[in-house]
Amino acid sequence: MNLAAIIKVAIRALNRNKLRTALTMLGIIIGVGAVIVLVSIGQGAQTMVLDSMSSMGTNMMFVMPGTMTFGGASMGLGAANTLTDEDVFAMQREIPTIAAASPMARAQGQLVFGNQNWFVQISGSNEKFPKIRNWPIEQGEFFTDADVHSASRVIVLGKTVADKLFPGLDPVGQTIRVRNLPFRVVGVLAAKGQSMVGQDQDDTAVMPYTTVQRKLLGQQIPSISQAMVSSVSQEASSVTQRQIIDLLRQRHKITPGQADDFTVRNMSDAAQTFQTMSTVMTLLLGSIAAISLIVGGIGIMNIMLVSVTERTREIGIRMAVGARPSYVRLQFLTESLVLSLMGGLIGVLIGGTLAAIVSRVLGWPTLVSGLSVLVSFAFATGIGIFFGYYPAHKAAALDPIEALRYE
Amino acid sequence: MDHSVLAVGGAVAVEADRSAVIHLERIHKTYQMGDFDVHALRGVSLDIQRGEFVAIMGPSGSGKSTMMNIIGCLDRPTKGQYFLEGIDVSRIDKPGLADIRNKRVGFVFQSFNLVPRTSAIENVELPLVYAGVGAAERVRRARQTLAEVGLADRERNMPNQLSGGQQQRVALARALVNNPSIILADEPTGALDTRTSVEVMEIFQRLNRERNLTIIVVTHEPDIAHYAGRIIQFRDGRIHSDVRVEDRKDAKAILNQLPIEAEEDDA
Repeated sequence: MNLAAIIKVAIRALNRNKLRTALTMLGIIIGVGAVIVLVSIGQGAQTMVLDSMSSMGTNMMFVMPGTMTFGGASMGLGAANTLTDEDVFAMQREIPTIAAASPMARAQGQLVFGNQNWFVQISGSNEKFPKIRNWPIEQGEFFTDADVHSASRVIVLGKTVADKLFPGLDPVGQTIRVRNLPFRVVGVLAAKGQSMVGQDQDDTAVMPYTTVQRKLLGQQIPSISQAMVSSVSQEASSVTQRQIIDLLRQRHKITPGQADDFTVRNMSDAAQTFQTMSTVMTLLLGSIAAISLIVGGIGIMNIMLVSVTERTREIGIRMAVGARPSYVRLQFLTESLVLSLMGGLIGVLIGGTLAAIVSRVLGWPTLVSGLSVLVSFAFATGIGIFFGYYPAHKAAALDPIEALRYE
Repeated sequence: MDHSVLAVGGAVAVEADRSAVIHLERIHKTYQMGDFDVHALRGVSLDIQRGEFVAIMGPSGSGKSTMMNIIGCLDRPTKGQYFLEGIDVSRIDKPGLADIRNKRVGFVFQSFNLVPRTSAIENVELPLVYAGVGAAERVRRARQTLAEVGLADRERNMPNQLSGGQQQRVALARALVNNPSIILADEPTGALDTRTSVEVMEIFQRLNRERNLTIIVVTHEPDIAHYAGRIIQFRDGRIHSDVRVEDRKDAKAILNQLPIEAEEDDA
């Protein structure tokens, strides 16, 4: 048998009725295209969210003080001053799976340099901020342990803030005013881009939390708004979380049965939940698209059955001059395969283009993954073989005498 | 003819009839039509030697078409044995029969049966494709055979661009291209006018004479049958008569007497 001859005959047969071939292929094109587009959008969304989650810092978790009820009205998480920097030091000291921990204090204020000024949310942290947040310094350096101890008036700027206050200048070593107090700029954080909710993460400034407490907020009793903890690894994060809860319950003298006066938020849990969710979504979208691929396959079967009937006499001729039934079967299978593969190829091209357009218009990082191309191609091939088999079998089972007599 | 020795078995039969291209041994063919059994052939025995030109005749329902299908390996007998060049083909399975048809039988049909929208040369190449012959060799042999039937200049034409006579010659070339043992023609002139019919018979006679090709023509026209050297009449599923043709016609001579028509020139 001669594969080149078989393919040639198949292509010629498909060429004979171009409109019909095109319409049949359209079913597969739409199916494969839909699989590619939907899966790539799903994966793009997943990648985007996971990226921004990991940009928050690896293996990170937050410990927030509990709520406080004020005259019957709950003040929300973090309202109570139940978390202290001593708690954070204890966690760091006693839980070996904690890589770094930092008390956090928040403030906001107008930053002024010369005739430039900028309003910004200020985070108070200790010197481990870059490590916990997985956020390197671009210029200068981060403040030190000593700065935290002495509540020095030093500040590290986010990239956006640095650009606004010091257009074209080197901010490091400059003095700016925050709430009318002079602060020395010691460093600039590397650009991090948008967070998953579209917030500019670089529009920030960091200083020692002690400085925030004493200099900016002027607290008599220093309090922290939350603690930031990074675990040694993602695998260890649930253990870490467990240990933090145990330690804090013990330190806060919470008896069994009583509720925690704090909350631990584990980023890797959230990431994992999201990943599972978006994988399910992607699978769901993909399988909806796969249904249209199956419908396309039924279209192929339909048209191949028509084709077998139309070409009964031709089949008879071929059999008379020596085509074995298996050859006839292969001939028609090849035809439906060519249909589905061509449809698949065009579908991949169209799907890829659409995914690119979606990514351009929505600003999503849609990923046309090699896997989804491979899978939808394999699926199209399977469809071609599956739905082409019965018509091909029907052709092969024809009796040459009957077939030759067919009008 | 004496078939007594053949009843013993296939192996003996091969020895006994080495020279016969076709040896039929009490062939029966019964079709089931609902509750009825239709006996299309009722014990036909027949030998055709290499190089014979045989015409099979008979009214419709006489069993000649069934005979033709069995000789052409398109069908299998219900009972009896059929040796084609010494091979018992009566019990060969479908794919095996396809191979036998491919290598040993060349078909010519009344309605030409060319594959539509497929050029003359590709139609002729068809048996070679199924024989697994390579592309270059296919083209070479198809071209040579087309030239032999006088269509060297028409190899790129589609069937619908050819006259009836030309189409039948393409079909003839297709039948010839794989050097078959027998050429089986079913009413080959049924769709052709007189002159073209004679032209086709001329090619048959020439091939029969020059290449010692065995040719079997099924026809209901006595006129056409007389180009053959032997006429077998079928009636009611049996051979009614089997005679040598005494006044055999010479197509070439007749062709020379016929008025020459405009567009068709013969090789």
